[in-house]
Amino acid sequence: MPAGSLLNRSARHPLSGPRGIWSALHIDPILLLLLLALIAGGLVVLYSGADRNMAVVKAQGVRMGVALVVMFVFAQLDPAVFRRWSPWLFAVGVASLVAVILVGVGAKGAQRWLAIPGLPRFQPSELMKLVVPMMAAWYLSRHYLPPRFRHVAVALLIALVPMALIILQPDLGTSLLVGSAGIFVVFFAGISWRLIGAFFGMVSVAAPLMWFFVMRDYQKQRVLTLLDPQSDPLGAGWNIIQSKTAIGSGGMDGKGWLQGTQSHLEFLPESHTDFIVAVLAEEFGFVGILILLALYLLIILRCLYIAAIAQDSFSRLLAGALTMTFFIYVFVNVGMVSGLLPVVGVPLPLVSYGGTSVVTLMAAFGVLMSVHTHRRMISA
Amino acid sequence: MPWGEFKNIVAERRLFQRRTVVMLLLVVVMLGLLVARMYQLQVVEHDIYTTLSDKNRVQVQSVAPPRGLVYDRNDVLLAENRPVFSVTLVPERVGDMEQTLAKLQGILSISEEDMERFDRRLLEPRRPFQELPLRYDLNEQEIARLAVHRHELPGVEVSAELVRYYPHSELTAHALGYVGRINRQELQQIDPVNYAGTNYIGKSGVERFYEQLLHGRVGYQHVETNARGRTLRVLERENPVPGEDIRLHMDLRLQRLAHELLDGRRGAIIAVEPSTGGLLALASVPGFDANLFVTGIGVEAYRELSTSVDKPLFNRALRGQYPPGSTLKPMLAVAALDSGAVTRDKTIWDPGYFRLTPGGRPWRDWKRSGHGWVDLTAAVAESCDIYFYEAAVAMGVDTMHQYLAEFGFGEDATLDVAGALPGLLPSRDWKRAVHNEPWYPGDSVNLGIGQGFMLATPLQLATATSVIANRGNWAEPRLLKAVLGDRSIDDVLPTGSHQSIELENPDDWEFVVETMAEVMHGSKGTARGAARGAPYRMAGKTGTAQVFSLAEDEEYDEEEIRERLRDHALFVGFAPVDDPQIAVAVIVENGGSGSGTAAPVARAMFDAWLLGFPKEGEALVVGSSGEASN
Repeated sequence: MPAGSLLNRSARHPLSGPRGIWSALHIDPILLLLLLALIAGGLVVLYSGADRNMAVVKAQGVRMGVALVVMFVFAQLDPAVFRRWSPWLFAVGVASLVAVILVGVGAKGAQRWLAIPGLPRFQPSELMKLVVPMMAAWYLSRHYLPPRFRHVAVALLIALVPMALIILQPDLGTSLLVGSAGIFVVFFAGISWRLIGAFFGMVSVAAPLMWFFVMRDYQKQRVLTLLDPQSDPLGAGWNIIQSKTAIGSGGMDGKGWLQGTQSHLEFLPESHTDFIVAVLAEEFGFVGILILLALYLLIILRCLYIAAIAQDSFSRLLAGALTMTFFIYVFVNVGMVSGLLPVVGVPLPLVSYGGTSVVTLMAAFGVLMSVHTHRRMISA
Repeated sequence: MPWGEFKNIVAERRLFQRRTVVMLLLVVVMLGLLVARMYQLQVVEHDIYTTLSDKNRVQVQSVAPPRGLVYDRNDVLLAENRPVFSVTLVPERVGDMEQTLAKLQGILSISEEDMERFDRRLLEPRRPFQELPLRYDLNEQEIARLAVHRHELPGVEVSAELVRYYPHSELTAHALGYVGRINRQELQQIDPVNYAGTNYIGKSGVERFYEQLLHGRVGYQHVETNARGRTLRVLERENPVPGEDIRLHMDLRLQRLAHELLDGRRGAIIAVEPSTGGLLALASVPGFDANLFVTGIGVEAYRELSTSVDKPLFNRALRGQYPPGSTLKPMLAVAALDSGAVTRDKTIWDPGYFRLTPGGRPWRDWKRSGHGWVDLTAAVAESCDIYFYEAAVAMGVDTMHQYLAEFGFGEDATLDVAGALPGLLPSRDWKRAVHNEPWYPGDSVNLGIGQGFMLATPLQLATATSVIANRGNWAEPRLLKAVLGDRSIDDVLPTGSHQSIELENPDDWEFVVETMAEVMHGSKGTARGAARGAPYRMAGKTGTAQVFSLAEDEEYDEEEIRERLRDHALFVGFAPVDDPQIAVAVIVENGGSGSGTAAPVARAMFDAWLLGFPKEGEALVVGSSGEASN
């Protein structure tokens, strides 16, 4: 087993192994370093994307600090704790999603928040980004892997129920991420390729049905606009045209930091939130994009490695699914800003301003560090 | 069940690791897809997007040059530019036009006329992203209210622009003309580049004639704008060349006096400086406020002006074509002398009527009893019609036409007076062409006293009088005295082409001038009442233009006909006789007699110009007490 032995050997590397002070702190220094690099670079771009508004950068910095603390706390918990709590968290999560639909508060025609007296306002759908893969991993790891069809069906149901509840809010972006987190668990668990083929077959049948019965008008509009942004250049197509213009005009090495005309002259919408990658592309060019994507790739490599050498199935499945969810963030965001995908509200992880998503993301990295640093002496 | 106790741990791990490799490949492929996409946008199509980005932010704006100012001869400002705030809409940026207009109506008072005008402009062809004015002359409160609601009103701007303002409104309207919005026809004629930032164009008068000079040269700026079209900074600027400031011959004091003299009546006064042809005053009364026309006059106000029986919009000085009547006699006297039709001493018997053939139709003298024995001097001084009937027949139409043409009748002899009409100088050919009739001797008789077909504008009468004052030397009437900028006046003022009138005996000028002086100072002069007590000598000629013809033997009583059917009172003259400083032509519509009504007006003009202007508050004494002579 060459692949396994390779991973085992590298598991004993001083920096990656559960040793020393990092081990005591339950922190993976490589992953932490990569995350800090991304966050720092993100703040630099954010300063420009927010049009030199230092208050925005400070707020984001504070948020990042809080998120790092959350990551640290999650890293201290043993994966077994997550496993034990999974069903209960899932039950609470689904209940609060139902509550959101019934009594939630929100803005812009979507109810996403739950305001419980005495607690800070929170967004249950964000919580589900963690809880759904936990629940799915919990369920599948109770059985032999690869899972039987019956178990796959139940696992998919675990993903689809919250996904449906979130679509009802409506929040397509988050439901996509929540759903994919569950599906990735199923994939990592070893679902047969035939089933995967069948799944894609179903999707191609379901897509038209989604179009006619599930998708809202504004969502359809986004898809139509993606196909032909010029059809509505001042309306829905504006965002895509302007962000492509920002990216394209950046060229190989960009217009320089704070020199992006598209963002600073307000042509680029949402320049410090969802469309921040266009600011980076405009000001730092193709080189900047390569560095950003390389950083994401390194983070994903490190996380997949952590997943691969995890000791039990639950940890593996959870770590793998969280990593891939993170990647989906990156792909969907960059894809939509560059005009490859329809505009769905997905931020560029750890760079876009704002949101509960930063905390959730860092919590997920905390889980990964927990998986990596709570090792039992069975394989040593 | 204990976790994983009975599971194949190694197999499960290997399965997971295989799946991880698959995922890793997927990640690499998808990231590669993103990289490829970025490469396409940023490297392959970079030029396209650079162009799009620049087109987004950089706009070329034209900068309208400030219009040249107009001064009178004493540097009194006659036409200036004043900042006016108006609310404008850019239809391309306004989302819902109806809703926006409704909102604006809640904020500002917008009249129906404003709306109609705006709707009209909306349909007219225009440049894209051009601002369309909705309402002008906002006050400060309205500007503040708009500022508060600005965020609800995309595409609505408060814009300041320099708008022409005529501080002496009614006094100068007919002489200066006015500017107004460029209309559709003008849009096709003007240079679209030079007028790219200009909204106004000279419509009449000086404003129209010197449009090019006053307008200046458009400037440009490349500006960086943000997504909302707001200008952030100027990248590059080519300054406009402002229009040239100009100085007119006009003296505003004289112009004002002319208006005061005609106040409450209808008429025109032209004052010319004979040596230069410069128009010192060019008054047509009633006037109108030209400022009304600058930003677009309301339908109601316009209807009121255009339908008024006093015709305030009608420029009587340039476009009023009247039979010159007896004011033509000095010019005819020159013609008769030089052509040999009469001599200085030729005397005739005036029985009060004239017949071409014995027993034929009689032409009457204005004085029923006749003047008795009259020579040329008496004929002018007393305005004897019979003398001129005979002289006219002796000269014939061709000779009269030739001389009168030399005095500038029948043509627009002005250099820079836009809109001046040529009047009508009849001739054999003209009569054949228009009336398809031969020229009858009776037509010559009528022409001999400035009646019949002949028509002349007050400006033409003043011009011809000025030629006599100059003893035959021509100085075409002109408004422009100087260009205050770099350009020379010779570049912009057309050159006159009139030859001096050369007489066989140049002394005849002096003789005719003296006959005109007799009108004023002679014991029987028709205007002697108006000249009484003057410390200088003046020359003149009274006249009457019939508004409608009376049957030959019909008596009429002024009191019996309505005021508006009374004769027009005319007067031409200059002063001082030996060194003419000012020549005038006066017409008072339905004024009755030239001697009683028009001559005192001219006297007041002379006095003001030669002796000084009446002080503020001093009553103008313009007697209407002259004898009811011609």
